[in-house]
Amino acid sequence: MRFLRQVMVVTAKDLRAEMRTKEAINASFAFALVVLLLLSFAFDPTEETTRDISGGLLWIVFTFAGTLVLNRSFARELPNDCLDALIAAPVPGAALFLGKGLANFVLILAVELVALPVFGIFYNVRWTRQFWPLMLVLVLGTWGLTSIGTVFSALTVNIRLREVMLPLLVYPVLIPMLLGAMRLSALLVAGQEVTGDETVWFKLLFGFDIIFTSLSLVLMDTVLLG
Amino acid sequence: MRQKVILAMLALAAVLLLPNLYVISMLPDEMRQGQIFRIIFFHVPAAASAMIGSAVALVASVLFLLTKNFRYDALAVAVTEVGLAFLAVNLVTGSIWARVIWGVWWAWDARLTSALICWVLYAGYLILRQALEEPTQRATFAAVYSIFAFTDVPIVYFSIRWWRTLHPQPVFFSKTGSFPPDWGRAFMINMLAVFLLYAALTMIRLRQEETQREIDYLRRTVHAI
Amino acid sequence: MSDAAVDCAGVWKFYGDYPALRNITFQVPPGRCLALIGRNGAGKTTLLRILAGFSKPGKGQARIFGHEPRDTETRRRIGFIGHGIAVYDELSALENLRLFARLYRLPEPERAAREWLERTGLERVRDGLVREFSRGMRQRLAVARAFLHGPSVLLLDEPFTALDDRAVAVLQRVLRDALAAGCTVIMSTHQLREAMELATDVVLINRGRIAFHGERTEEMVSDPGWVYSRYGES
Repeated sequence: MRFLRQVMVVTAKDLRAEMRTKEAINASFAFALVVLLLLSFAFDPTEETTRDISGGLLWIVFTFAGTLVLNRSFARELPNDCLDALIAAPVPGAALFLGKGLANFVLILAVELVALPVFGIFYNVRWTRQFWPLMLVLVLGTWGLTSIGTVFSALTVNIRLREVMLPLLVYPVLIPMLLGAMRLSALLVAGQEVTGDETVWFKLLFGFDIIFTSLSLVLMDTVLLG
Repeated sequence: MRQKVILAMLALAAVLLLPNLYVISMLPDEMRQGQIFRIIFFHVPAAASAMIGSAVALVASVLFLLTKNFRYDALAVAVTEVGLAFLAVNLVTGSIWARVIWGVWWAWDARLTSALICWVLYAGYLILRQALEEPTQRATFAAVYSIFAFTDVPIVYFSIRWWRTLHPQPVFFSKTGSFPPDWGRAFMINMLAVFLLYAALTMIRLRQEETQREIDYLRRTVHAI
Repeated sequence: MSDAAVDCAGVWKFYGDYPALRNITFQVPPGRCLALIGRNGAGKTTLLRILAGFSKPGKGQARIFGHEPRDTETRRRIGFIGHGIAVYDELSALENLRLFARLYRLPEPERAAREWLERTGLERVRDGLVREFSRGMRQRLAVARAFLHGPSVLLLDEPFTALDDRAVAVLQRVLRDALAAGCTVIMSTHQLREAMELATDVVLINRGRIAFHGERTEEMVSDPGWVYSRYGES
């Protein structure tokens, strides 16, 4: 109970600070728009092509935009040495990880939920036909991105080129999650049900999230304290 | 002492490898593949040693986090760096083989893709190290990254396999395999030689890392005066 | 031994193979105020960060009231002021203090936050964002943040550096109150005059080693450079 309350305090702090400046979320959303726009030139957005590549397109946009939010997550603690005060407080590293992770999750999901209808309009896709399963994919995929991204945000926060470093390190680790999310999203956006062999991707997403969340919970203290 | 061990390992690797090269060259061509099948004598040992290397890197990283002993950190870097080189050998030989047999330099089939992703994953390890200045922090963060990378390897492997499979099934140790016994012997000798080479290179790299730490120590001592 | 508020037993800290701290051993009984002096790069900050539990010693042990500084309950007894003010620019003064009061699980976060705003003279601007504060106000808020949870061991890294007069006065008053209430204080400092007035003991660190450890004497107050000239390097 105490643990959860501390998690929520950290999450609320990050969200409130973000809402005051809207730095990360504005940049992230603008970036998602630009990438969506650019990708429309990469191929001819006819109905058929779009159906084939919608999953890949969406998750590339989500991952790029999400990275901007993740970069800010620990960078926010740098001015005034705020991280010291967080570490000094009687809050376990796992609670800090979950607190910051949840805040990132909410922000990235918000960007995704705005980007998705924009995608639908630009690319002329009726993406709502499998709405709830698609939301499940969004939640699972985004949590995978967030859990790894939050730890790696802490790893790279003191590096000179952290804006480049974070995606460089995070994207390769994310590949299995992205494969699953892309495949499932492509099916669901096309209005198909996920059946048979394809359900393996849901299992993959669940497994990926569980494995890397546990690993992050265990290793966060080490990352913060050395 | 260490110098002698390294030299002995290198010598043994050479003694095993050189005659074996002759044996391999005298083997009859494979029925469907012709000449090019011989690449497998290097392609597979390179991959196998890199795989063992990643496991050693994991163990060394965990041990570093538990003990904070920099020897384990040095071992982790050494093994990862040499492993990356060997995995590169695996990728390049695989690519050459693909050019001859499939007619393309690269095909996004399951095992090629997984190997490439692993290469990129562990390249990230070296890039992260390079970006971190303070030795203790560098070692700690690199160890954390190495644990994430290693955990990801099997997930990558399975997900890619589900994604697409084109690659020829493994020939060795499988029931359908058709590897004559004298080929198998030459193969195992090559495997051993490549492992020895891997170990020797790792030890050389390990010594470099120790020297590097000593230099760092001396530099800091000088700065403190 | 175990009744010492702060017990540093053979602490070493390494950067790679280079020892930044070498065999630091001292104890501070409750209610004392230790001034940690030494040149830049001597290891004062490193030592304070180990005592505060921000990093682990390579060898040896740091203990606060006989416990690991990282223990959750021990952390509630430590107050820390570092180089940065460690409050969030995007939050208001009240929100900052309320945040830390909650993280420290104080029974009445709101009341504690308001009380400290008053004690540091920030009551009037409690809803202003820290970003808009003057430097002195920010520093006073940093003091409030560090003292908010009623710590019994205070670890202060250069607390008087770059403070304006009012912030110095606030900090000195708060520190005197804390010492009178039985708190233990360790502060690293270059401001020898302010430090010597408060200190009961002095430790001089020289290249990671303790060069002097003793009670503060009258000579030190009348000549703040006294320890340096006797025990420091030329």
